Amino acid sequence: MSATAREEILEQRSIRLPRLPAPVLLLMPAIVVLAAVVIVPLCLSLYSSFTPFRLTKPETFFVFIGLRNYANLLADWDFWAAFGRTVLLLTVALNLEMLLGLGLALMVEKATRGQRILRTLLMFPMMFSPILVGFQFKFMFNDNIGLVNNALQALGITGTAIPWLIEGHLAFIAILVAEIWSATAVFAILILAGLLAMPKEPLEAARVDGCTPWQTFRYVTWPFIMPFAYIAMTIRSLDVARAYDIVKIMTDGGPAKRTELLWTLISRTAYSDAKMGLANAMAYVSILLSILFTVYFFRKLAAARTQIGAEW
Amino acid sequence: MRDENASHRLKRRLLKLAHAAGLFAAMTIICMPGLWIVLSSLRPTVEIMAKPPAWIPQELSLDAYVAMFSGVGKGGIPVLEYFRNSLIISVTSTVVAIAVGMAGGYAFARYRFRGKSGLFLGLMLTRTVPGIALSLPLFFVYARLGIIDTHFGLIMAYVALNVPFTIWLIDGFFRQVPKDLAEAAQIDGCTRWQAFWQVEFPLAGPGIASAGIFAFLTSWNEFALASQLTRSVNSKTLPVGLLDYTAEFTIDWRGMCALAVVMIIPALTLTFIVQKHLVSGLTSGAVKG
Repeated sequence: MSATAREEILEQRSIRLPRLPAPVLLLMPAIVVLAAVVIVPLCLSLYSSFTPFRLTKPETFFVFIGLRNYANLLADWDFWAAFGRTVLLLTVALNLEMLLGLGLALMVEKATRGQRILRTLLMFPMMFSPILVGFQFKFMFNDNIGLVNNALQALGITGTAIPWLIEGHLAFIAILVAEIWSATAVFAILILAGLLAMPKEPLEAARVDGCTPWQTFRYVTWPFIMPFAYIAMTIRSLDVARAYDIVKIMTDGGPAKRTELLWTLISRTAYSDAKMGLANAMAYVSILLSILFTVYFFRKLAAARTQIGAEW
Repeated sequence: MRDENASHRLKRRLLKLAHAAGLFAAMTIICMPGLWIVLSSLRPTVEIMAKPPAWIPQELSLDAYVAMFSGVGKGGIPVLEYFRNSLIISVTSTVVAIAVGMAGGYAFARYRFRGKSGLFLGLMLTRTVPGIALSLPLFFVYARLGIIDTHFGLIMAYVALNVPFTIWLIDGFFRQVPKDLAEAAQIDGCTRWQAFWQVEFPLAGPGIASAGIFAFLTSWNEFALASQLTRSVNSKTLPVGLLDYTAEFTIDWRGMCALAVVMIIPALTLTFIVQKHLVSGLTSGAVKG
């Protein structure tokens, strides 16, 4: 067969095959992977949330009980306590992280010397695995040998050891501290990026027009850095469940379920109690919660973007 | 008049001092936990446990590291196996995620198609699924397929975990490369494929590398999925290995601190390399829309 003939055949073949548009082709691998590892298993877990499935009794996988798992959840006080605690933790943590991150970013931006090293230090907590954060704070908050208690006692602030991880409320605070320590950096760095990208003319104009520093910040700086803050929020909301690792290590939901979050409850129900069906129903509630957080911040992000776009 | 000047100067100096003090305090809080871990890994257990606390280290040694690497049965844990597993799984999943993410990111940055923003949000939403919630069905499916406790299973999971974020980052980096450049190359006779590899890819290269390092760190640090999908030294990663130092009621703090240091050093190095590109990649999409 001559070369031209082969080319002709190839030509014909490529005409006969419906050619997929380029973006579809390019996105295909991503969609296939996500479908295989996330979407299909999630469909499976959605189905099994309608069954009394237990790992120890495989035959229960095919018993359909409708919404009974969900009905049980609705009546389960422990579940709602965990749900409320999760929302509380996320709300408090995200707001504090945002505030602290903003403060840090403003301070670093003001620094006249050593900006580079400051920015590098700022990234430090980001490289810590959440599980490592958990261990490190479990170590530091240990009532007997922990750094925190040792320091407090040495400074004479408290005579007795404070039972950080043993008393419910204190344990919640300790977890909050760990969570904030590990995630404030995300906010600080992105807000700092916004501050550095900000044009200087509006600031000068505001000063010339006699704005107080607070007014300048509120009406000039803040609207500009808002999209950056929302990017940070979105990134954080993409993996809020990192808190699972921290809580799992620090208290594992204890003492007496006082720090139980949705995620620790799910893992206990699924792997310790082997109630997969019920755990999957819980998992779906937690997934919806995550999606809600993310969609909320995505929309905020989009709104902030268009606002900035309109002003420029 | 002079008084006013003097008080103004004093106020400014005080403000400056407060600023410096604030920065110092913040940086101390940020660095303290990490430094404490490094210090604790070098101290003998007696000193860690001492009551009243020994603030000034009396003796430092590398005993914890020696014990850790000396193997199972001699007070160590199979840290080399864990390290190898972590490395294989993280590197492979990163390479695959970057290849997949580059294709996807390019599609988002360069083409207009129907349902684009919806698809983007959809991809992102797959990332929001909490690891522990995803681990339930994955555990079941993997058990059926017999790929629990294998590298392959964890690699697949991490690729899926990393792809959405990689697409987001790489999309941002390709947007920063002007469209005209590739078009000019095509006018000069390049195919689209050539224009991509010779013009756009080199320009977006550093950004893509940092997206890769970010993906690597995610895999390197992941715990919720790894703890359920691994069983033995065949596939246990370092974060899961940390649990080897905990017993029912006691924790070997010194050994754990040593393993933590081993875990953090690669992450530390890589983050320093990417820090500049990482931020620009995350924010480029925000300002240009």
